Amino acid sequence: MNRITERFARLRQLGRKGLVIYIGAGDPHLEATRQLALAFDRAGVDVLELGVPFSDPLADGLVNQLAAQRGLESGTTPAKVLATVAAIRRESAIPIVLYLYFNLVHRHGVEAFIRDAAAAGVDGLLVLDLPPEESANYDALMRAAGLCAIYLVAPTTPEDRIAAIVRHGSGFIYYVSREGVTGMQTKLSDTIAAMTTKIRAHTDLPVAVGFGISNAEQARAVAQHAEAIVVGSAVVNRIAESGRSPDLVAKVSDFVGELAAAVKTAGV
Amino acid sequence: MSSIANASLPDALGHFGPYGGRFVPETLMHPLQELEAEYFRARQDAGFQRELSYYLREFCGRPTPLYFAERLTRELGGAKIYLKREDLLHTGAHKINNAIGQALVARRMGKSRVIAETGAGQHGVATATVAAMFGLKCVIYMGAVDCERQALNVYRMKMLGAEVMPVHAGQKTLKEAINEAMRDWVTNVRTTHYILGTAYGAHPYPVMVRNFQRVIGDEARRQILEKEERLPDLLVACVGGGSNAIGLFYPFLEDAGVKMVGVEAGGLGIRPEQHAARFQGGSLGVLQGTRSYILQDENGQIQLTHSVSAGLDYAAVGPEHAWLRDQNRVEYTYAKDDAALEAFMKLGRLEGIIPALESAHAVAEVIERAPGMNKDSLIVVNLSGRGDKDVAQVVDKVGLQMPK
Repeated sequence: MNRITERFARLRQLGRKGLVIYIGAGDPHLEATRQLALAFDRAGVDVLELGVPFSDPLADGLVNQLAAQRGLESGTTPAKVLATVAAIRRESAIPIVLYLYFNLVHRHGVEAFIRDAAAAGVDGLLVLDLPPEESANYDALMRAAGLCAIYLVAPTTPEDRIAAIVRHGSGFIYYVSREGVTGMQTKLSDTIAAMTTKIRAHTDLPVAVGFGISNAEQARAVAQHAEAIVVGSAVVNRIAESGRSPDLVAKVSDFVGELAAAVKTAGV
Repeated sequence: MSSIANASLPDALGHFGPYGGRFVPETLMHPLQELEAEYFRARQDAGFQRELSYYLREFCGRPTPLYFAERLTRELGGAKIYLKREDLLHTGAHKINNAIGQALVARRMGKSRVIAETGAGQHGVATATVAAMFGLKCVIYMGAVDCERQALNVYRMKMLGAEVMPVHAGQKTLKEAINEAMRDWVTNVRTTHYILGTAYGAHPYPVMVRNFQRVIGDEARRQILEKEERLPDLLVACVGGGSNAIGLFYPFLEDAGVKMVGVEAGGLGIRPEQHAARFQGGSLGVLQGTRSYILQDENGQIQLTHSVSAGLDYAAVGPEHAWLRDQNRVEYTYAKDDAALEAFMKLGRLEGIIPALESAHAVAEVIERAPGMNKDSLIVVNLSGRGDKDVAQVVDKVGLQMPK
């Protein structure tokens, strides 16, 4: 079974919520990415979402744009990200999703990219700018490779689109909890409960909620309404603050540990 | 593939063969569907068409002349050259044809705020102008490098009441301005319409912008038939995203005898990061909402570009152009910076018309081709904009001195 599907099944059995953590691959370098992944696994992270740096990340806010820039500056390429995933796999079974823009997949060749990702030990892809309307071939290839195709639902998504999107998705549905780019917010969107209810009316897939969750308190609050929460920019920001200092991994995984504790005890 | 099939594209999902489509984050999918529905409703609405024609005529100054460039023709000694004078439109370029159209659509949709990207500043000025006229709030995104090299247009936009947001990411030109405009749109999509300025981006933009710009070709076709009683042999236009070119070309697609040439920016020469000629150094990719030819490296990262002209300095080309090139319906070539500068000066001195540096690329191609053509053959070149905005930059490049 796919590691993502397996993890969510286990969480459901235990009656626990999941924590998805996003970081930019290669920020500040790929060896740090590998160490962070292993530390996150120990800290209780359920899914690692690795952003593959792209020159034009138009759905990302400044924090993740800068992370992508640092990733590119450290020489990170899609092939090197896959090699890093393979290295993580030798020591950890943490489910891994690559978050990326379609051109990186397209350039490599959709079929070849999916094959190489599966071979490296990737469990799912979240292609930001590949909507279901354009993904017939991709979906089939993902299914054949045993990878989860993660799709987004947004506050602007009407109900008939939700119904169509969930038919394409696997692993989990990612609900983008506000209109906008990625980034931290002081106030959470008030549409989360209503939208996750709507999504559940159309699918049994777990729902992960992200975009704008920046601390343990918010994480716990959102986890009431979802099977998992996603924290990205708040973690990326801590990576940026620590930079290349030797306590980078310890500091960031401490923060992630707090989030994990908050999420695991939510709604139990 | 017949030319009639060419003219009937795109399909329902915005595809021109393998090009085009809609590649955006989910937040924008439904807003794009709403825009598509509203645009196609407006297009069928006689009231909308009347209003559009009214503003194009009374506010923008259409029709623009198709002017016989007598001295340029004589100097080159070949084909008769006609200039489609989009430079004479209000605000000084073809961009206002589309800005007016989209502002009317935005108004129908009840949007109170418009945003736009701009390279050379002409689309920004056009958008700021229509926003002022219709009383809409307006924000323009412009690369910091372009703000500097097109400073005149930055001041014009501010005078018109628009907020100009310089973009400091990446190479600080048009591509980054589009990224930032899309980030704004995704954040404010319920109140805001994004007036994309070229025949690029996610469906319905390429078809909508083409249809708002086809007035150029529709007029030119009528005018050349009046003046010469026959169709031209060759159409020439510069291609950044490609809106002025598709606007001129589209109404002639079914006229098999009319050849068409699109001119991209050759910059300093066709070497990586020194040009913006996507059909020379580019490959198939997906950028900013659509699939087309883009300048990218082997990993799919978008490459740097260079052109003396900010409006052509862009890593991707409109999807319909990629399709027309595959069909061998339009030929695409390039003019380098120095050829464009030479054409810029030549048109001023022979015809008393200072073109935009973008349009000067098309004139440069005419200078290449006209001498080899028969004296009774006809060229129509799209003079898409005027060159006032480029004066300071050209003064530096060609070393003009202030008289002492």
